[in-house]
Amino acid sequence: MEQATLPSTLGTVETRSYSFDRLILATGQELGPVTLAYQTYGRLDEKGGNAILLLHALTGDANVAGFVAGEQKPGWWDPMVGPGKAFDTDKYFVVCSNVVGGCRGSTGPGSMDAKTGRPYGIHFPVITIADMVDAQRHLMEHLKIPSWLAVAGGSMGGMQALQWAASYPDRVRSVIPIATTLKHSPQQIAFDEVGRQAVMADPDWRGGDYYGHGQPERGLAVARMIGHITYMSDQSMEEKFSRRLKTEGFKFTFDAEFEVEGYLRNRGAHFVRRFDANSYLYVTRAMDYFDLSGDKLFKPGAPIPRFLVISFKSDWLYPSYQSRDIVTALRSRQGDVTYVEVNSTYGHDAFLVEYDEQTRLIKSFLAKTHAA
Amino acid sequence: MRPDHAAIIGMVEPGAQVLDLGCGKGELLAVLVKERGVKAQGIELREESIYECVEKGLTVLHGDIEGGLGEFPDKSFDYVILNQSMQETRNVEFVLKEALRVGKNAIVGFPNMCHWRARLDVVFRGRTPVSRALPYRWHNTPNMHFLSLLDFEDFCREKGVTVLDRRGLTAQGPARFWPNLLAESAVYKIAPAPSCCL
Repeated sequence: MEQATLPSTLGTVETRSYSFDRLILATGQELGPVTLAYQTYGRLDEKGGNAILLLHALTGDANVAGFVAGEQKPGWWDPMVGPGKAFDTDKYFVVCSNVVGGCRGSTGPGSMDAKTGRPYGIHFPVITIADMVDAQRHLMEHLKIPSWLAVAGGSMGGMQALQWAASYPDRVRSVIPIATTLKHSPQQIAFDEVGRQAVMADPDWRGGDYYGHGQPERGLAVARMIGHITYMSDQSMEEKFSRRLKTEGFKFTFDAEFEVEGYLRNRGAHFVRRFDANSYLYVTRAMDYFDLSGDKLFKPGAPIPRFLVISFKSDWLYPSYQSRDIVTALRSRQGDVTYVEVNSTYGHDAFLVEYDEQTRLIKSFLAKTHAA
Repeated sequence: MRPDHAAIIGMVEPGAQVLDLGCGKGELLAVLVKERGVKAQGIELREESIYECVEKGLTVLHGDIEGGLGEFPDKSFDYVILNQSMQETRNVEFVLKEALRVGKNAIVGFPNMCHWRARLDVVFRGRTPVSRALPYRWHNTPNMHFLSLLDFEDFCREKGVTVLDRRGLTAQGPARFWPNLLAESAVYKIAPAPSCCL
């Protein structure tokens, strides 16, 4: 997704990794050993009461802020994390890890299967959002964090935040789900399915066993292009590209003549260099299985954490009604929930663009939770 | 303190569960939290006001009360407050019905269209009233409905709503007598009677 280029305040940051023996998955299968790539910022206080877990979206990674050595761009939510920012690293200890099933340092289908000595590929077990959260709980224990002051994230990050509230309500004091949903809708599943079909239709996918041969680049690029369309809005595309051409006049070819075509091709080509095609299949599948509707958001007898729910008006991929459904579920249990629909034109990408609004809300919300 | 806020504080017991419909920037809720230790929840339509509520540490939902209060179960609040917001809604009956569904009581505050100065504006100046309580002109007023204390009481009688408390207010404080003539605004505490037909 898109990133504004604001100066980073965290300088160079380091990605570390933590491995543990095994993870019992929601399917009942076992995965192990499991490695999680993660970054931390700021200091954990003596009581361990200032820890915040940030959760990335479909293609994000552990680098939420600051620069990893050798990278040109800062982390995916850099303007939100640092001294004096929304997630103030002078006050809070901030943690972000790459999800299990991903391909940015954590165990996923591209990792070596200890049993066969070859990459898992399509033999990697199906994972769920709950599995991602369970893996993070292992990391939490490793870092000696008794409970999170807050868990926060947008899109699939928001699903993980909700899953934290469902799986471990006694270890979470507040939850900030942004531009997300209690369950994937048929439209959301459909877009994911088209992306997966694009990957699997590419002969270079080789039934998932392409390691050593090169990625199914064309299929994965198409999947990413579809994704990018769903992350923008009609208005933001009009403002960004309109019908502008890359060079003057029509050439009457099927080259990328329109700027929007060039942009999508460029995004697709860039994406295949950093993301594993099988991870794309597994992680989108995890989102499709996600469903905390009904009573599934609540554990009987457990406290309900405070919530700050944020949606964006022009987000048609995760429309505001889905955020209001989260609010309704919480209110039916007398939960403490604040909800804001930010009037943005940036579509689903807004959570990676509208920093001022999110900062105002999150800063005060965290301060109140921290003081309680 | 604003006289309407003082009147509302007087109607709410400590620690009550309060929902403020059209809570604006959260001034009233902040006072209720401070003075009465209430468990406060607001609903507000204007996005900019929501930020100010959150900055005050309040719990608030961004939404339009005209669409109903579907996310709130029956009788989930001790008090549902409509202070200076009822007359701005299109469908007053529906909004009050929802307020009395989710609240055990409702507290309603509104400007008095039949304050004596407003009457003079109509009779002698031949113009719609503009006053402290009705500070807008005809073309820019957010008010959809104009009513007096007696109008509201007639409405309550017709709809089977019990008036539990009534305060007529001026800028200086309570209007001690002839409230329909002397009060610039009013605050009512109401509850549904068994015969309620809202």
